[in-house]
Amino acid sequence: MSHDINIKHITRVEGHGNIVLNIREGRIEELRLEIVESPRFFEVMLIGRNILEAPPITSRICGICAISHTAASIKACEDALGIIPSENVVLLRKILLHAELLQSHILHLYLLVAPDLFGAGSVIPLAASNPDIVKRGLRLKKAANDICRVLVGRHIHPIGMVVGGFTKAPARKDLDEVRRILESMIPDMEETVSFFEEHRMPEFNRPTKYCSIREENEYALYNGLLYSKDNPLLEVQRYKEFITENVVAYSTAKHVRSGDSPIMVGALARLNNNYSNISDMAKNAAQRLGLAVSCTNPFMNNIAQVVECVHSVYDSLNILDVLDANLSSAPFNSDGKGGLPAIEPHEGTGVGVVEAPRGSLYHEYGIDDKGIIRSANCIIPTAQNLLNIEKDIEAIVPAILDLPKEAIERRLEMLVRAYDPCISCSTHFLEVKFIE
Amino acid sequence: MKPKIGVFSFSSCEGCQLQILNLEEEFTTLLGFIEIVNFREAIDEKREDYDIAFIEGSITRESDIEELKHIREKAKILVAFGACADLGGINALKNLHPQDSWLPAVYGRRDLFSDTMLTKRVKDIVPIDFTIPGCPIDKGEFLRFVQSLLLGVQPRLPDYPVCVECRSKGNVCLVEEGKWCLGSVTRAGCGAICPTFRDPCAGCRGLTSAPNIESLCNILTEKGYSKEEIKNKFNIFNGLEVINI
Repeated sequence: MSHDINIKHITRVEGHGNIVLNIREGRIEELRLEIVESPRFFEVMLIGRNILEAPPITSRICGICAISHTAASIKACEDALGIIPSENVVLLRKILLHAELLQSHILHLYLLVAPDLFGAGSVIPLAASNPDIVKRGLRLKKAANDICRVLVGRHIHPIGMVVGGFTKAPARKDLDEVRRILESMIPDMEETVSFFEEHRMPEFNRPTKYCSIREENEYALYNGLLYSKDNPLLEVQRYKEFITENVVAYSTAKHVRSGDSPIMVGALARLNNNYSNISDMAKNAAQRLGLAVSCTNPFMNNIAQVVECVHSVYDSLNILDVLDANLSSAPFNSDGKGGLPAIEPHEGTGVGVVEAPRGSLYHEYGIDDKGIIRSANCIIPTAQNLLNIEKDIEAIVPAILDLPKEAIERRLEMLVRAYDPCISCSTHFLEVKFIE
Repeated sequence: MKPKIGVFSFSSCEGCQLQILNLEEEFTTLLGFIEIVNFREAIDEKREDYDIAFIEGSITRESDIEELKHIREKAKILVAFGACADLGGINALKNLHPQDSWLPAVYGRRDLFSDTMLTKRVKDIVPIDFTIPGCPIDKGEFLRFVQSLLLGVQPRLPDYPVCVECRSKGNVCLVEEGKWCLGSVTRAGCGAICPTFRDPCAGCRGLTSAPNIESLCNILTEKGYSKEEIKNKFNIFNGLEVINI
């Protein structure tokens, strides 16, 4: 049997992508995940600009993980400038990363994955057939966005989240509102776990190298060292020893490896690496959902996202307790009086790494003694997963070759979607041409 | 009959279309009044019988031009949706650098992907009927826009500056504090959301029709900003506008 599978315009994996898969006599002859997104040249845009402009500019790399880009960028700037943010600033950034993770995972799970579980083409027919499910998803998503609205004006391109701190420190009433929103999410999160408990993911296992940041006493999203099993922990500044990027001729995204191995980043990788630090409520959810680490089934990335959502709600509430207690005693920003610290540029480089919803996000800037950017590099989570997705497709195809072609198509779609490569990518994108 | 809507994305962060999905509470209501027939980010259907096309993103490739012209032919109403489509926005920052420096800076070599060009606005390629400005667009403004069209009313954008909204909120003026802020020359409609968070307005909604650039530049010069610095603030979003500083 021969198949030519051409998946055209995987509508955005951080943009547009295609999958080309040719099968002859049960053997894969050709397999490419092509990223044909128009490159935007952010690394070029930054050159010659004041380093303080990097966070708002790089926020525009992605509307879905704008807070993560802003945070990674700020961390790179602060590293280059030698600025140490106050504890309160760090705590607020952690809440914002949780809020972004929640809105991103929920959008993926409810608007893009859930239609699949019901065999619906998209969220629109699902809204007609199962309105309660869609409404719950939208309610949760709104709650996550509302947290961002209260703290930084909006989720897409946060306002006032800057090098050194926040242009407007949150008032007590803002924190109270955030707490109220988080508490309102708990019953819906409980329902979410029950909902996914009823749906099993396909069985498919392919071990790979799981990469993330790691911190001793915390489920690392904001701070940590670079980690993958059997590798020594590395300072983020040494990230080029941890992962390497290669230009591939058929793709405007680059391929990323750690050593010789393809890597997986994102929710499942984080849980595999840092399960012991996740909150008890999230561990409980993981057990109910049948997720046991180390898990080598990429489809379980969806379930890992559910588990992380539970963690993010409870961990945000814990952080709020600390922030509440601190607010009366410690000035919010870092200059000792609650204002933003003075900037004293010197020649150097800075690296910032955070865990974005889809995985580790790297920013690196080199500046001159005036604080002007002379070099820039950003490595985006989806790009890190691309090679691994190719390897998964290679591994899964022989096992599903005998299925009807619609089923092959559907399974490959689900596989790519499980990586949550970026929102639009996860809608139905396969245009499969079979040559019999 | 419900108007049919298509949402199309070119070079952008796709945040403006995400703002449509961020209408959590109003989204299902909205679907009662409009029919979405082409919206890659949310649905799998791809139909070409749209009445209104929302165009997100800047035009940065030759192949985009053909696609955009095709959409223009099919659509009765074409809307530049967000700062990238409206102004070129952040994407136009690369135009400040020599074109032969782009590929080496990102890929380390120049022979790989030739299909890239100077960033253009949607209106540089095809005529547009309306603009919904901002980076990102304001959800409320989008809803009011759709509402106007449904009621047969011409949608209108404010032509007064962000300063008006900022003052009415009782904010302390950032420029007076010595910070750069483009609110005095930028089109209102955002509720002065950035200066309300004490973050300067970067001009993402474009300039008003008669902006007093000279006066703002004089004030900023007095506050110690160099010509180069002022220029850089303007070109964050308005790099394709002709602005004499």
